[in-house]
Amino acid sequence: MKRLALTGNEAMAYAMKQSKPDVFCGYPITPTTDILVTLAKYIANGELDCEFVTAESEHSVASILYGASSAGARCFTCTASQGLALMHEVLHIISGARLPIIIGSSSRSLSSPINVHGDHADFMDMRDTSFIQIFSENAQDSYDNFLQGVRIAEEARLPAIISSDGFITSHNLEAVEVLKDEIAYKFIGDYKTPFSILDIKNPITINPLSLPNSFMEIKKSQADAMRQAKKVIPKVALEYEKISGRQYGFFREYCLDDAKVAIVVLGSTAETAQLVIDELRNKGIKAGILALRVFRPFPAKEIMAALSNCKVVCILDRADAYSSLGGPLFVEVASALYKSKSRPILLSRIYGLGGREIDEEMIKNIFEEIIKINKGQKLNEFGYIGLKK
Amino acid sequence: MKEDKYFAGIIKKPGSSMTYKTYVWRDGLKPAWIKKNCINCLTCYINCPDHAIKVDKDGNMAGHNLDYCKGCGICAQVCPAKPKAIEMKKE
Repeated sequence: MKRLALTGNEAMAYAMKQSKPDVFCGYPITPTTDILVTLAKYIANGELDCEFVTAESEHSVASILYGASSAGARCFTCTASQGLALMHEVLHIISGARLPIIIGSSSRSLSSPINVHGDHADFMDMRDTSFIQIFSENAQDSYDNFLQGVRIAEEARLPAIISSDGFITSHNLEAVEVLKDEIAYKFIGDYKTPFSILDIKNPITINPLSLPNSFMEIKKSQADAMRQAKKVIPKVALEYEKISGRQYGFFREYCLDDAKVAIVVLGSTAETAQLVIDELRNKGIKAGILALRVFRPFPAKEIMAALSNCKVVCILDRADAYSSLGGPLFVEVASALYKSKSRPILLSRIYGLGGREIDEEMIKNIFEEIIKINKGQKLNEFGYIGLKK
Repeated sequence: MKEDKYFAGIIKKPGSSMTYKTYVWRDGLKPAWIKKNCINCLTCYINCPDHAIKVDKDGNMAGHNLDYCKGCGICAQVCPAKPKAIEMKKE
Protein backbone atom coordinates (compact mmCIF):
# COMPACT_ATOMS: atom_id res chain seq x y z
CA MET A 1 0.00 0.00 0.00
CA LYS A 2 1.26 3.46 -0.97
CA ARG A 3 1.13 6.56 1.21
CA LEU A 4 0.51 9.78 -0.68
CA ALA A 5 0.17 13.39 0.42
CA LEU A 6 -3.30 14.30 -0.82
CA THR A 7 -5.99 16.83 -0.02
CA GLY A 8 -9.50 15.53 0.60
CA ASN A 9 -10.49 16.56 -2.93
CA GLU A 10 -7.43 14.92 -4.47
CA ALA A 11 -8.04 11.76 -2.47
CA MET A 12 -11.55 11.61 -3.90
CA ALA A 13 -10.29 12.26 -7.43
CA TYR A 14 -7.75 9.46 -6.94
CA ALA A 15 -10.55 7.07 -5.97
CA MET A 16 -12.53 8.25 -9.01
CA LYS A 17 -9.59 7.52 -11.29
CA GLN A 18 -9.17 4.03 -9.85
CA SER A 19 -12.90 3.33 -10.35
CA LYS A 20 -12.51 4.03 -14.11
CA PRO A 21 -15.63 6.06 -14.91
CA ASP A 22 -16.93 6.06 -18.49
CA VAL A 23 -18.22 9.61 -18.23
CA PHE A 24 -17.28 12.49 -15.95
CA CYS A 25 -19.34 15.62 -16.37
CA GLY A 26 -18.80 18.68 -14.25
CA TYR A 27 -19.05 22.38 -13.63
CA PRO A 28 -16.56 24.02 -11.25
CA ILE A 29 -17.64 25.28 -7.84
CA THR A 30 -15.76 26.07 -4.64
CA PRO A 31 -14.73 23.99 -2.73
CA THR A 32 -14.97 20.94 -5.04
CA THR A 33 -13.30 22.36 -8.16
CA ASP A 34 -10.06 20.51 -7.40
CA ILE A 35 -11.79 17.17 -7.93
CA LEU A 36 -12.71 18.23 -11.47
CA VAL A 37 -9.27 19.74 -12.13
CA THR A 38 -7.40 16.69 -10.83
CA LEU A 39 -9.53 14.33 -12.88
CA ALA A 40 -9.02 16.45 -16.02
CA LYS A 41 -5.28 16.21 -15.36
CA TYR A 42 -5.44 12.41 -15.12
CA ILE A 43 -7.23 12.29 -18.47
CA ALA A 44 -4.79 14.74 -20.10
CA ASN A 45 -1.83 12.68 -18.81
CA GLY A 46 -3.29 9.52 -20.27
CA GLU A 47 -3.73 7.97 -16.81
CA LEU A 48 -7.49 7.67 -17.29
CA ASP A 49 -9.60 6.95 -20.35
CA CYS A 50 -12.88 8.72 -19.71
CA GLU A 51 -15.32 10.97 -21.56
CA PHE A 52 -14.91 14.37 -19.86
CA VAL A 53 -17.86 16.64 -20.54
CA THR A 54 -17.91 20.26 -19.42
CA ALA A 55 -21.44 21.60 -19.11
CA GLU A 56 -22.85 25.12 -18.87
CA SER A 57 -24.46 24.57 -15.47
CA GLU A 58 -24.95 21.94 -12.78
CA HIS A 59 -28.53 21.37 -13.92
CA SER A 60 -27.06 20.36 -17.29
CA VAL A 61 -24.36 18.25 -15.60
CA ALA A 62 -26.97 16.18 -13.83
CA SER A 63 -29.08 15.94 -17.00
CA ILE A 64 -26.12 14.86 -19.14
CA LEU A 65 -25.19 12.19 -16.59
CA TYR A 66 -28.80 11.03 -16.48
CA GLY A 67 -28.55 10.34 -20.21
CA ALA A 68 -25.11 8.74 -20.06
CA SER A 69 -26.05 6.53 -17.12
CA SER A 70 -29.26 5.45 -18.89
CA ALA A 71 -27.06 4.25 -21.72
CA GLY A 72 -25.12 2.10 -19.26
CA ALA A 73 -22.11 4.27 -18.44
CA ARG A 74 -20.41 4.53 -15.04
CA CYS A 75 -20.88 8.24 -14.28
CA PHE A 76 -19.29 10.57 -11.73
CA THR A 77 -19.44 14.27 -11.04
CA CYS A 78 -18.44 16.68 -8.30
CA THR A 79 -20.32 19.65 -6.91
CA ALA A 80 -21.35 21.49 -3.75
CA SER A 81 -23.55 24.24 -2.39
CA GLN A 82 -25.39 26.27 -5.06
CA GLY A 83 -24.27 23.78 -7.68
CA LEU A 84 -25.82 20.89 -5.81
CA ALA A 85 -28.91 22.99 -5.20
CA LEU A 86 -29.17 23.77 -8.92
CA MET A 87 -29.04 20.02 -9.63
CA HIS A 88 -31.84 19.37 -7.17
CA GLU A 89 -34.67 18.82 -9.66
CA VAL A 90 -32.62 16.30 -11.63
CA LEU A 91 -31.42 14.50 -8.47
CA HIS A 92 -34.95 13.22 -7.90
CA ILE A 93 -35.17 12.12 -11.54
CA ILE A 94 -31.84 10.27 -11.29
CA SER A 95 -32.83 8.39 -8.15
CA GLY A 96 -36.34 7.70 -9.45
CA ALA A 97 -34.82 6.22 -12.60
CA ARG A 98 -32.51 4.20 -10.31
CA LEU A 99 -29.28 5.37 -11.94
CA PRO A 100 -26.19 4.85 -9.73
CA ILE A 101 -24.51 8.18 -10.52
CA ILE A 102 -21.99 9.17 -7.85
CA ILE A 103 -21.33 12.73 -6.71
CA GLY A 104 -18.04 13.55 -5.01
CA SER A 105 -18.61 16.60 -2.86
CA SER A 106 -17.14 18.77 -0.16
CA SER A 107 -19.94 20.41 1.71
CA ARG A 108 -20.47 24.14 1.74
CA SER A 109 -23.03 26.58 3.04
CA LEU A 110 -25.98 27.76 0.95
CA SER A 111 -26.71 31.39 0.05
CA SER A 112 -27.99 33.87 1.14
CA PRO A 113 -25.84 35.62 2.37
CA ILE A 114 -23.18 34.30 0.04
CA ASN A 115 -20.39 32.38 1.77
CA VAL A 116 -17.99 29.88 0.24
CA HIS A 117 -16.97 28.07 3.44
CA GLY A 118 -17.83 24.69 4.80
CA ASP A 119 -21.00 23.65 6.54
CA HIS A 120 -23.51 20.89 5.88
CA ALA A 121 -26.41 22.91 4.45
CA ASP A 122 -26.05 21.50 0.92
CA PHE A 123 -25.69 17.91 2.16
CA MET A 124 -28.76 18.22 4.40
CA ASP A 125 -30.70 19.86 1.58
CA MET A 126 -30.51 16.48 -0.20
CA ARG A 127 -32.21 14.54 2.61
CA ASP A 128 -35.25 13.45 0.62
CA THR A 129 -33.66 12.94 -2.81
CA SER A 130 -33.20 9.18 -2.24
CA PHE A 131 -29.44 9.44 -2.69
CA ILE A 132 -27.21 7.28 -0.50
CA GLN A 133 -25.40 9.89 1.61
CA ILE A 134 -22.00 9.23 3.15
CA PHE A 135 -19.87 11.75 5.02
CA SER A 136 -16.10 11.63 5.51
CA GLU A 137 -14.11 12.77 8.52
CA ASN A 138 -10.77 13.22 6.73
CA ALA A 139 -8.98 12.70 3.40
CA GLN A 140 -8.46 8.99 4.05
CA ASP A 141 -12.21 8.61 4.58
CA SER A 142 -12.88 10.57 1.39
CA TYR A 143 -10.82 8.06 -0.56
CA ASP A 144 -12.20 4.97 1.20
CA ASN A 145 -15.79 6.18 1.17
CA PHE A 146 -15.73 7.01 -2.51
CA LEU A 147 -14.48 3.56 -3.49
CA GLN A 148 -17.09 1.92 -1.28
CA GLY A 149 -19.72 4.38 -2.48
CA VAL A 150 -19.32 3.20 -6.07
CA ARG A 151 -19.89 -0.40 -5.02
CA ILE A 152 -22.82 0.44 -2.74
CA ALA A 153 -24.57 2.64 -5.31
CA GLU A 154 -24.17 0.16 -8.15
CA GLU A 155 -25.32 -2.78 -6.07
CA ALA A 156 -28.26 -0.97 -4.46
CA ARG A 157 -29.10 0.69 -7.81
CA LEU A 158 -29.37 4.10 -6.18
CA PRO A 159 -27.25 7.22 -6.72
CA ALA A 160 -24.86 8.33 -3.99
CA ILE A 161 -23.14 11.43 -2.69
CA ILE A 162 -19.85 11.15 -0.84
CA SER A 163 -19.00 14.35 0.97
CA SER A 164 -16.54 15.86 3.43
CA ASP A 165 -16.13 19.19 5.20
CA GLY A 166 -15.48 21.94 2.66
CA PHE A 167 -11.94 23.40 3.00
CA ILE A 168 -11.27 21.68 6.35
CA THR A 169 -11.02 18.28 4.67
CA SER A 170 -11.21 19.18 1.00
CA HIS A 171 -8.17 21.49 0.99
CA ASN A 172 -5.90 20.20 3.76
CA LEU A 173 -3.01 17.96 2.81
CA GLU A 174 -2.98 14.64 4.64
CA ALA A 175 -1.16 11.33 4.38
CA VAL A 176 -3.53 9.00 2.55
CA GLU A 177 -2.98 5.28 2.10
CA VAL A 178 -4.11 4.28 -1.37
CA LEU A 179 -4.68 0.82 -2.79
CA LYS A 180 -2.85 -0.43 -5.83
CA ASP A 181 -4.83 0.36 -9.01
CA GLU A 182 -5.47 -3.34 -9.77
CA ILE A 183 -6.64 -4.11 -6.24
CA ALA A 184 -8.94 -1.10 -6.16
CA TYR A 185 -10.45 -1.95 -9.54
CA LYS A 186 -10.87 -5.59 -8.64
CA PHE A 187 -12.89 -4.40 -5.64
CA ILE A 188 -14.98 -2.01 -7.78
CA GLY A 189 -15.42 -4.34 -10.78
CA ASP A 190 -16.84 -3.57 -14.20
CA TYR A 191 -20.13 -1.73 -14.22
CA LYS A 192 -22.99 -4.04 -15.12
CA THR A 193 -26.07 -2.16 -16.15
CA PRO A 194 -29.42 -3.99 -16.04
CA PHE A 195 -30.59 -1.97 -19.06
CA SER A 196 -29.38 0.45 -21.67
CA ILE A 197 -31.46 2.82 -23.75
CA LEU A 198 -28.99 2.24 -26.59
CA ASP A 199 -29.78 -1.49 -26.70
CA ILE A 200 -31.90 -1.51 -29.88
CA LYS A 201 -32.59 -5.24 -29.61
CA ASN A 202 -34.35 -4.71 -26.29
CA PRO A 203 -36.11 -1.35 -26.61
CA ILE A 204 -37.38 0.09 -23.32
CA THR A 205 -39.03 3.24 -22.04
CA ILE A 206 -37.36 4.85 -19.04
CA ASN A 207 -38.86 7.57 -16.86
CA PRO A 208 -42.32 7.00 -18.42
CA LEU A 209 -45.56 8.75 -17.59
CA SER A 210 -46.91 7.00 -14.53
CA LEU A 211 -50.39 7.96 -13.37
CA PRO A 212 -52.15 7.25 -10.06
CA ASN A 213 -52.64 3.58 -10.96
CA SER A 214 -48.90 2.77 -10.99
CA PHE A 215 -46.92 5.60 -9.34
CA MET A 216 -47.07 4.39 -5.74
CA GLU A 217 -45.73 0.90 -6.43
CA ILE A 218 -42.74 2.35 -8.31
CA LYS A 219 -41.99 4.72 -5.43
CA LYS A 220 -42.35 1.91 -2.89
CA SER A 221 -39.87 -0.13 -4.89
CA GLN A 222 -37.47 2.84 -4.69
CA ALA A 223 -37.92 3.06 -0.91
CA ASP A 224 -37.26 -0.69 -0.68
CA ALA A 225 -33.97 -0.11 -2.50
CA MET A 226 -32.89 2.31 0.24
CA ARG A 227 -33.82 -0.27 2.87
CA GLN A 228 -31.84 -2.84 0.89
CA ALA A 229 -28.85 -0.44 0.78
CA LYS A 230 -28.65 -0.79 4.56
CA LYS A 231 -27.72 -4.43 4.02
CA VAL A 232 -25.30 -3.64 1.19
CA ILE A 233 -23.25 -1.07 3.14
CA PRO A 234 -21.87 -3.41 5.88
CA LYS A 235 -21.23 -6.13 3.31
CA VAL A 236 -19.18 -3.78 1.12
CA ALA A 237 -17.37 -2.41 4.21
CA LEU A 238 -16.33 -5.95 5.18
CA GLU A 239 -14.96 -6.65 1.71
CA TYR A 240 -13.14 -3.33 1.79
CA GLU A 241 -11.63 -4.10 5.17
CA LYS A 242 -10.13 -7.27 3.72
CA ILE A 243 -8.16 -5.34 1.09
CA SER A 244 -7.41 -2.16 3.04
CA GLY A 245 -7.29 -3.18 6.71
CA ARG A 246 -9.56 -0.23 7.53
CA GLN A 247 -12.90 -0.79 9.24
CA TYR A 248 -16.05 1.11 8.37
CA GLY A 249 -19.57 0.98 9.79
CA PHE A 250 -22.66 3.18 9.66
CA PHE A 251 -20.82 5.31 12.22
CA ARG A 252 -17.62 5.32 14.22
CA GLU A 253 -17.84 4.97 17.97
CA TYR A 254 -15.24 6.57 20.19
CA CYS A 255 -15.35 5.56 23.87
CA LEU A 256 -19.10 5.03 23.50
CA ASP A 257 -19.38 1.58 25.12
CA ASP A 258 -19.66 2.79 28.71
CA ALA A 259 -20.33 6.48 28.02
CA LYS A 260 -22.90 8.31 30.15
CA VAL A 261 -22.64 11.55 28.18
CA ALA A 262 -22.03 11.71 24.44
CA ILE A 263 -22.16 13.83 21.33
CA VAL A 264 -23.37 12.86 17.86
CA VAL A 265 -21.50 14.60 15.10
CA LEU A 266 -20.91 14.43 11.34
CA GLY A 267 -17.55 15.03 9.68
CA SER A 268 -14.19 16.42 10.73
CA THR A 269 -15.42 17.81 14.06
CA ALA A 270 -15.47 14.23 15.39
CA GLU A 271 -11.68 14.18 15.29
CA THR A 272 -11.43 17.49 17.16
CA ALA A 273 -13.87 16.14 19.74
CA GLN A 274 -11.77 13.02 20.20
CA LEU A 275 -9.02 15.10 21.84
CA VAL A 276 -11.57 16.48 24.28
CA ILE A 277 -12.83 12.98 25.10
CA ASP A 278 -9.28 11.84 25.93
CA GLU A 279 -8.97 14.72 28.37
CA LEU A 280 -12.37 14.03 29.95
CA ARG A 281 -11.63 10.33 30.26
CA ASN A 282 -8.40 11.19 32.08
CA LYS A 283 -10.54 13.06 34.59
CA GLY A 284 -12.75 9.98 34.96
CA ILE A 285 -15.72 11.39 33.04
CA LYS A 286 -17.42 8.74 30.94
CA ALA A 287 -17.81 10.68 27.69
CA GLY A 288 -18.03 9.37 24.13
CA ILE A 289 -18.65 10.22 20.48
CA LEU A 290 -20.89 8.80 17.80
CA ALA A 291 -19.36 10.02 14.54
CA LEU A 292 -21.99 9.40 11.87
CA ARG A 293 -20.75 8.24 8.49
CA VAL A 294 -23.88 7.04 6.69
CA PHE A 295 -26.72 9.57 6.77
CA ARG A 296 -28.89 7.87 4.11
CA PRO A 297 -30.02 5.20 4.65
CA PHE A 298 -30.34 6.45 8.23
CA PRO A 299 -29.10 3.77 10.67
CA ALA A 300 -31.80 4.40 13.28
CA LYS A 301 -31.74 1.00 14.99
CA GLU A 302 -27.97 0.96 15.25
CA ILE A 303 -27.88 4.50 16.65
CA MET A 304 -30.53 3.58 19.21
CA ALA A 305 -28.48 0.59 20.35
CA ALA A 306 -25.25 2.61 20.52
CA LEU A 307 -26.74 5.45 22.58
CA SER A 308 -29.02 3.39 24.82
CA ASN A 309 -26.71 3.56 27.86
CA CYS A 310 -26.19 7.32 27.70
CA LYS A 311 -27.96 9.71 30.07
CA VAL A 312 -27.48 12.90 28.03
CA VAL A 313 -26.67 13.17 24.33
CA CYS A 314 -25.92 16.38 22.47
CA ILE A 315 -26.44 16.33 18.71
CA LEU A 316 -24.20 18.76 16.88
CA ASP A 317 -25.53 20.10 13.60
CA ARG A 318 -23.46 22.03 11.10
CA ALA A 319 -26.66 23.08 9.33
CA ASP A 320 -30.04 24.36 10.42
CA ALA A 321 -33.34 22.94 9.23
CA TYR A 322 -35.12 26.22 10.15
CA SER A 323 -37.97 24.10 11.46
CA SER A 324 -37.86 25.52 15.01
CA LEU A 325 -37.27 21.90 16.04
CA GLY A 326 -33.46 21.84 16.17
CA GLY A 327 -30.93 20.84 13.52
CA PRO A 328 -31.68 18.17 10.90
CA LEU A 329 -29.42 15.55 12.48
CA PHE A 330 -31.01 16.24 15.89
CA VAL A 331 -34.48 15.53 14.52
CA GLU A 332 -33.38 12.24 12.96
CA VAL A 333 -31.53 11.04 16.06
CA ALA A 334 -34.49 12.02 18.24
CA SER A 335 -36.76 9.93 15.98
CA ALA A 336 -34.33 7.04 16.17
CA LEU A 337 -34.41 7.16 19.98
CA TYR A 338 -38.19 7.29 20.27
CA LYS A 339 -38.39 3.51 20.62
CA SER A 340 -35.52 3.37 23.11
CA LYS A 341 -36.56 2.16 26.58
CA SER A 342 -34.01 4.37 28.32
CA ARG A 343 -34.52 7.58 26.40
CA PRO A 344 -31.52 9.84 27.01
CA ILE A 345 -32.02 13.58 27.42
CA LEU A 346 -31.30 15.15 24.03
CA LEU A 347 -29.81 18.53 23.23
CA SER A 348 -29.53 20.24 19.84
CA ARG A 349 -26.58 22.53 19.25
CA ILE A 350 -25.88 24.23 15.94
CA TYR A 351 -22.27 25.06 15.19
CA GLY A 352 -19.83 26.03 12.46
CA LEU A 353 -22.27 27.62 10.00
CA GLY A 354 -20.55 29.21 7.02
CA GLY A 355 -17.17 27.89 8.18
CA ARG A 356 -17.36 29.34 11.74
CA GLU A 357 -14.48 27.90 13.77
CA ILE A 358 -15.11 24.99 16.13
CA ASP A 359 -12.27 24.16 18.49
CA GLU A 360 -11.52 21.96 21.50
CA GLU A 361 -12.47 24.70 23.95
CA MET A 362 -15.96 24.95 22.45
CA ILE A 363 -16.47 21.20 22.56
CA LYS A 364 -15.23 21.18 26.16
CA ASN A 365 -17.92 23.78 26.94
CA ILE A 366 -20.59 21.55 25.39
CA PHE A 367 -19.54 18.68 27.62
CA GLU A 368 -19.62 20.99 30.63
CA GLU A 369 -23.23 21.79 29.72
CA ILE A 370 -24.05 18.14 29.21
CA ILE A 371 -22.55 17.20 32.56
CA LYS A 372 -24.55 19.96 34.30
CA ILE A 373 -27.73 18.59 32.77
CA ASN A 374 -26.80 15.09 33.85
CA LYS A 375 -26.58 16.46 37.39
CA GLY A 376 -30.14 17.73 37.14
CA GLN A 377 -29.67 21.33 36.02
CA LYS A 378 -32.14 22.64 33.44
CA LEU A 379 -30.69 24.08 30.23
CA ASN A 380 -32.10 25.07 26.87
CA GLU A 381 -32.81 22.12 24.62
CA PHE A 382 -31.87 24.17 21.57
CA GLY A 383 -28.82 26.34 21.20
CA TYR A 384 -25.76 27.43 19.29
CA ILE A 385 -22.03 26.97 19.70
CA GLY A 386 -19.65 29.86 19.11
CA LEU A 387 -22.42 32.40 18.50
CA LYS A 388 -21.44 36.05 19.06
CA LYS A 389 -23.44 37.95 21.64
CA MET B 1 -30.99 -8.99 -7.80
CA LYS B 2 -34.54 -10.31 -7.62
CA GLU B 3 -36.66 -9.23 -10.57
CA ASP B 4 -38.67 -6.20 -9.51
CA LYS B 5 -41.52 -5.48 -11.91
CA TYR B 6 -41.82 -1.92 -10.61
CA PHE B 7 -38.09 -1.14 -11.01
CA ALA B 8 -37.87 2.56 -11.98
CA GLY B 9 -41.19 2.16 -13.80
CA ILE B 10 -39.31 0.90 -16.84
CA ILE B 11 -41.55 -0.34 -19.65
CA LYS B 12 -39.98 -3.25 -21.48
CA LYS B 13 -42.77 -3.90 -24.01
CA PRO B 14 -42.93 -1.29 -26.78
CA GLY B 15 -46.23 0.29 -27.79
CA SER B 16 -47.78 0.15 -24.33
CA SER B 17 -49.49 3.50 -24.83
CA MET B 18 -51.75 1.79 -27.41
CA THR B 19 -53.50 0.03 -24.55
CA TYR B 20 -54.17 3.28 -22.74
CA LYS B 21 -57.43 4.83 -23.91
CA THR B 22 -57.62 8.48 -22.94
CA TYR B 23 -61.40 8.66 -23.45
CA VAL B 24 -61.68 7.96 -19.70
CA TRP B 25 -60.79 11.61 -19.16
CA ARG B 26 -64.09 12.61 -20.85
CA ASP B 27 -66.43 14.24 -18.39
CA GLY B 28 -70.04 13.82 -19.49
CA LEU B 29 -69.99 15.16 -23.04
CA LYS B 30 -69.03 13.50 -26.30
CA PRO B 31 -69.16 14.78 -29.88
CA ALA B 32 -71.80 13.63 -32.31
CA TRP B 33 -71.17 13.94 -36.07
CA ILE B 34 -74.16 14.97 -38.16
CA LYS B 35 -73.07 13.70 -41.56
CA LYS B 36 -75.74 15.51 -43.61
CA ASN B 37 -74.53 18.93 -42.39
CA CYS B 38 -70.81 18.17 -42.93
CA ILE B 39 -69.06 20.24 -45.64
CA ASN B 40 -65.90 18.10 -45.33
CA CYS B 41 -63.66 21.12 -44.67
CA LEU B 42 -61.60 19.21 -41.99
CA THR B 43 -61.34 22.29 -39.74
CA CYS B 44 -62.19 19.89 -36.91
CA TYR B 45 -59.29 17.60 -37.92
CA ILE B 46 -56.80 20.50 -37.82
CA ASN B 47 -58.01 21.75 -34.45
CA CYS B 48 -58.45 18.47 -32.58
CA PRO B 49 -55.69 18.32 -29.91
CA ASP B 50 -55.98 14.55 -29.61
CA HIS B 51 -55.99 13.45 -33.22
CA ALA B 52 -59.43 11.98 -32.61
CA ILE B 53 -61.05 12.96 -35.95
CA LYS B 54 -61.07 10.02 -38.34
CA VAL B 55 -60.30 10.64 -41.99
CA ASP B 56 -60.83 7.93 -44.60
CA LYS B 57 -58.34 6.98 -47.30
CA ASP B 58 -59.85 9.52 -49.72
CA GLY B 59 -59.28 12.35 -47.24
CA ASN B 60 -62.90 12.69 -46.13
CA MET B 61 -64.14 13.29 -42.59
CA ALA B 62 -65.19 9.89 -41.17
CA GLY B 63 -66.39 10.66 -37.66
CA HIS B 64 -64.66 10.59 -34.24
CA ASN B 65 -62.25 8.12 -32.67
CA LEU B 66 -63.96 7.97 -29.31
CA ASP B 67 -61.12 5.92 -27.77
CA TYR B 68 -59.03 9.09 -27.64
CA CYS B 69 -61.58 11.92 -27.72
CA LYS B 70 -61.44 13.71 -24.34
CA GLY B 71 -64.65 15.61 -25.02
CA CYS B 72 -63.13 19.09 -25.08
CA GLY B 73 -65.67 20.32 -27.63
CA ILE B 74 -63.21 22.24 -29.81
CA CYS B 75 -64.38 20.41 -32.96
CA ALA B 76 -67.97 21.46 -32.34
CA GLN B 77 -66.88 25.03 -31.55
CA VAL B 78 -64.79 25.49 -34.74
CA CYS B 79 -67.19 23.69 -37.13
CA PRO B 80 -68.05 26.39 -39.77
CA ALA B 81 -71.00 24.49 -41.30
CA LYS B 82 -74.47 26.01 -40.89
CA PRO B 83 -76.19 24.25 -39.26
CA LYS B 84 -73.19 22.70 -37.41
CA ALA B 85 -72.05 19.22 -38.34
CA ILE B 86 -70.70 18.45 -34.84
CA GLU B 87 -72.65 18.82 -31.61
CA MET B 88 -71.65 17.94 -28.06
CA LYS B 89 -74.13 15.50 -26.54
CA LYS B 90 -74.47 13.89 -23.12
CA GLU B 91 -72.69 10.51 -22.89
